[in-house]
Amino acid sequence: MSSSPSPPSTDRSLEFRRTWTRTREQLIKFVLLLCALLSILTTIGILYVLLTNAVYSPNSKATAFFQEVSIWDFVTDTKWTPQYAQDRHFGILPLLIGTLKITGIAALIGLPIGLAGAVYLSEYAAPRTRNMIKPTLEVLAGIPTVVYGYFALIFITPYILRPIFSDLLGFEVKIFNAASAGIVVGIMIIPMVSSLSEDVLRSVPRSLREAGYALGGTRFDVSTKIVVPAALSGIIASFLLAISRAVGETMAVTIAAGLYTSNSLNPFEPSQTMTAYIVNVSSGDTPVGSIEYKSLYAVAFTLFLATLAMNILSQWVLKRFREEYQ
Amino acid sequence: MNQPSQNSTKPESDSPGLKQSAPLEETANNDESTNASPKRSLVSGSNFDRSKPDNKNASTMIDVRDVNFYYGDVQALFNVNLTVPEKSVMALIGPSGCGKSTFLRTLNRMNDIIDGTRVEGTIKLENQNIYDPTIDVVALRSRVGMVFQKSTPFPKSIFDNIAFGPRLSGTTSKSKLTEIVERSLQQAALWDEVKDRLSDSAMALSGGQQQRLCIARTLATNPEVILMDEPASALDPASTARIEDLIFELRKQYTIVIVTHNMQQAARVSQYTAFFYQGRLIEVGPTKELFTNPTEKQTEDYITGRFG
Repeated sequence: MSSSPSPPSTDRSLEFRRTWTRTREQLIKFVLLLCALLSILTTIGILYVLLTNAVYSPNSKATAFFQEVSIWDFVTDTKWTPQYAQDRHFGILPLLIGTLKITGIAALIGLPIGLAGAVYLSEYAAPRTRNMIKPTLEVLAGIPTVVYGYFALIFITPYILRPIFSDLLGFEVKIFNAASAGIVVGIMIIPMVSSLSEDVLRSVPRSLREAGYALGGTRFDVSTKIVVPAALSGIIASFLLAISRAVGETMAVTIAAGLYTSNSLNPFEPSQTMTAYIVNVSSGDTPVGSIEYKSLYAVAFTLFLATLAMNILSQWVLKRFREEYQ
Repeated sequence: MNQPSQNSTKPESDSPGLKQSAPLEETANNDESTNASPKRSLVSGSNFDRSKPDNKNASTMIDVRDVNFYYGDVQALFNVNLTVPEKSVMALIGPSGCGKSTFLRTLNRMNDIIDGTRVEGTIKLENQNIYDPTIDVVALRSRVGMVFQKSTPFPKSIFDNIAFGPRLSGTTSKSKLTEIVERSLQQAALWDEVKDRLSDSAMALSGGQQQRLCIARTLATNPEVILMDEPASALDPASTARIEDLIFELRKQYTIVIVTHNMQQAARVSQYTAFFYQGRLIEVGPTKELFTNPTEKQTEDYITGRFG
């Protein structure tokens, strides 16, 4: 660089520009790195708050939740009544049941429909149709979840669930119920499943499809017997991500499923989820430092572990079962 | 193309191959046609200026008349006329983008799955126009199998790969499938290498084995015609040689149309060669003659390496 023959007069300004360019590049790199680290730092911060409030408090004046309630009780007790003055119980089971029940219903609805939509978009739809439907689906993902909650409460329950299950089949459908919440959460995860699955379906090489057609396969044969199996790992990963989204879903569930903790598996009864409990406690007038307040962190920590496990599992599935196409 | 030299220059392997294969295939019109030289139909078909061909010859497997092909507004094939005799190997050669692969894919309507494509003209498979609206494309493709440039094993077991076609056409009996799998793998000269691990993933096979697996998979649907799109271009010389040996064997039972960039390969495996250039069929004839004594200037330029 320095060997380049340049007149001495411009040499210094050139030197300056070179230094400035280098500094600027370094600066840009640093800012970008900071942005990349931000989400990681946030996660670490959240984890720190959760751990110090739920598991072990470094502050000698305060105690964490599990320093007052044993983990054994938390895991095995079947009642969740932190708000009670007496006879308090801290068993996570009812909240876990509420979450699993709604997640299960959501998965039952969202995963098959989402996958079918993905197959349509990737295998059947003409490019123009796809270009119209995909953004529309993504709009669905952009609707605030609170809207879904009210949709469940004022539409799904009275106009869909009650006419079918109450009037026709004779079940008692409460106004707040797990089914309506599960249905809207299922609808919420459809765009996610469709979009992610469509990406993996489309990444199946065209040569594989052509081979299927060349062997006398119909479009349906090729879609279901070649493309979907070949993309299975990615589809499962998208399922797991969608389920962890459903587990973490809060607002719609709080509104539609009610705040009543129960161990019942009946989908037409109200049932509180972990997330709904957190909302309930943090929006109420629970005194900071009380055991009820701390229980919030224990629940949040459980939730964190659950979704983390799902996400790690989905990453693992993606890596482990990915077919390498040359 | 001059008629007299046609007969004299026919490849030595050609006529035994045809004769051997005759009893194997029970085509009704086969017997009467074996004496009628397939070259006759070729001669007339070979003239790229649409001279009236003698396509009523019973041993004609594929008869292509006035085919134009379009990708959207772009015309990729211009007035292609060609006949492929039964139980022979026809090589399609030409520089990249000349339309030979496109042409190959019109023979089993593979281009149908590409949006915005259009075909004009007729392509007859044993006197039946495959572009007739009443034709069942799925049935057509099980009669006209295809092997691709890149081996395309499905991410399934070796057995399931081979059984895929038969299962699609409704064969469910395990013993029948086992029989088909064994027969196909043997025909593709792969049986001895994989017979102990049929339930292993096909993805674990080597490139050459994968390609033979794909050939076996095609054979399993019991096709009459096999289309090959540069089947050996991604393989090492040893695997290529095996594929070529295989093509030589398969010719006894099947009609094969093969696209190749490798002119030595065309010379080795085919009895007839068609030269495509810029979407037009320039010349077609017995391989030996086309390579030693091409009638068209463009053919000569191409095979002598002046372009392409």
